[in-house]
Amino acid sequence: MGRRHRLPLPALAGASLVLVTTALALVFFVAPNDADQGFSQRIFYFHVSVAFTAYLCFGAGAWKALRHLWKRDPHADLESYVAVHQGVIFGALVLITGSIWARISWGHWWVWSENQLVLFLVLFLFYAAYFMLRFSVEPGPQRANISAVYALFGVVLVPVSFLAIRLSQRLIHPQVFTRHGANFGGWILAAYLVSQAAVLVLAYTLYRVELTGKLLDLRLREMRTL
Amino acid sequence: MRYAADVGALTRKDLLLELRARDTLPSMLLFVVAVFVVFHFSLPAKSSDLAATGLLWVAIVFTALLALGRAFVPEREQRVMDALVLAPCDRSAIWLAKSLATLTFLAAAEVVALPLFALFFHGINGATVAGVALADLGICTVGTFVGATAVLTRARELIAPLLFLPLAIPLIIGGVGASVVAAPGRYLGFLALYDLLFALLCWAAFEYVVTE
Repeated sequence: MGRRHRLPLPALAGASLVLVTTALALVFFVAPNDADQGFSQRIFYFHVSVAFTAYLCFGAGAWKALRHLWKRDPHADLESYVAVHQGVIFGALVLITGSIWARISWGHWWVWSENQLVLFLVLFLFYAAYFMLRFSVEPGPQRANISAVYALFGVVLVPVSFLAIRLSQRLIHPQVFTRHGANFGGWILAAYLVSQAAVLVLAYTLYRVELTGKLLDLRLREMRTL
Repeated sequence: MRYAADVGALTRKDLLLELRARDTLPSMLLFVVAVFVVFHFSLPAKSSDLAATGLLWVAIVFTALLALGRAFVPEREQRVMDALVLAPCDRSAIWLAKSLATLTFLAAAEVVALPLFALFFHGINGATVAGVALADLGICTVGTFVGATAVLTRARELIAPLLFLPLAIPLIIGGVGASVVAAPGRYLGFLALYDLLFALLCWAAFEYVVTE
């Protein structure tokens, strides 16, 4: 049972509490107002951090899926599922924060010209179907295989959909990161980096909590059948 | 060589089954015509040709779904799948053969549907036909894979469209783009890329879906 050099859960929870509090303080009290968008631009710190984290969760889910198919890692299936689950939760947050931002910036709750938002909608639909698929197959090796295969499909769908959506429209998303690196500095960068770290650690903590619960559940069921 | 022979035999089985039972193709044809009629009445009187072109793609995807949902039903009903998995052939041959058979049905339906669309709505250009051909490949490779998964679930026919539509959105974008813009090269290239990428993925992953 994956007990290799893992950080203890209470330490992780403490770290996410500290980081989230620091991030909130930095975002709301230290980072300067955006010259163009004013106060509302501060949602960017969460929106982008959450989006990046969601991608990372989907990536981790696919990586665990690969471990399952390739190495037959005994817990990789469950880990892949939990990672995808966290990805969907954070993906829903991306949709919500993006929608709020779009409302304030462009006056509409939903804008089809916002590439990332549309991409997250497609991914959200796909991964929601992944859950339906997973829960309509009997638990067992076949379900693990099928889930793993579709977790891999998901990460292939990310760049393909991104390319497609980008092809289909002009880009009006504010380009914060350009080829020359991030085009902001000082407190803005610090606030972004801290909120990014906070969301990542929070996601990892949630992942570990859910995984621990699921593994316990599994063991309990095994003991009952004995 | 052996692989090609396996794929050929399996494809022939599916085509022969269809020739004898006539299950899929007639229903696809009827469906696509009915969809065109529905579209005619759901489009406002003075809507542009572009709107109709977009609806052509909706019709194609939904017609394909009809075939894809049924693709592995005979295998399930007669428990042929177990035998096929046990047979000494590469498992991906099962997927490839089924994709080819589905592609044949879809192409046959489109041979009727595209001229009918031209008759009902407006003429179509070469880029649209090329886009449809490329999108068909993607629809059939991914759709057959999804169909094979769907028959293993309790939800069966319900799950196939849910899984397939998000995967097909890039195809729709590429296809619609190819049919409406003046220079469709990029869109056609994108469709080809999609086909290649997902065909490879399905080919490599099919074995894991049908075996434990």
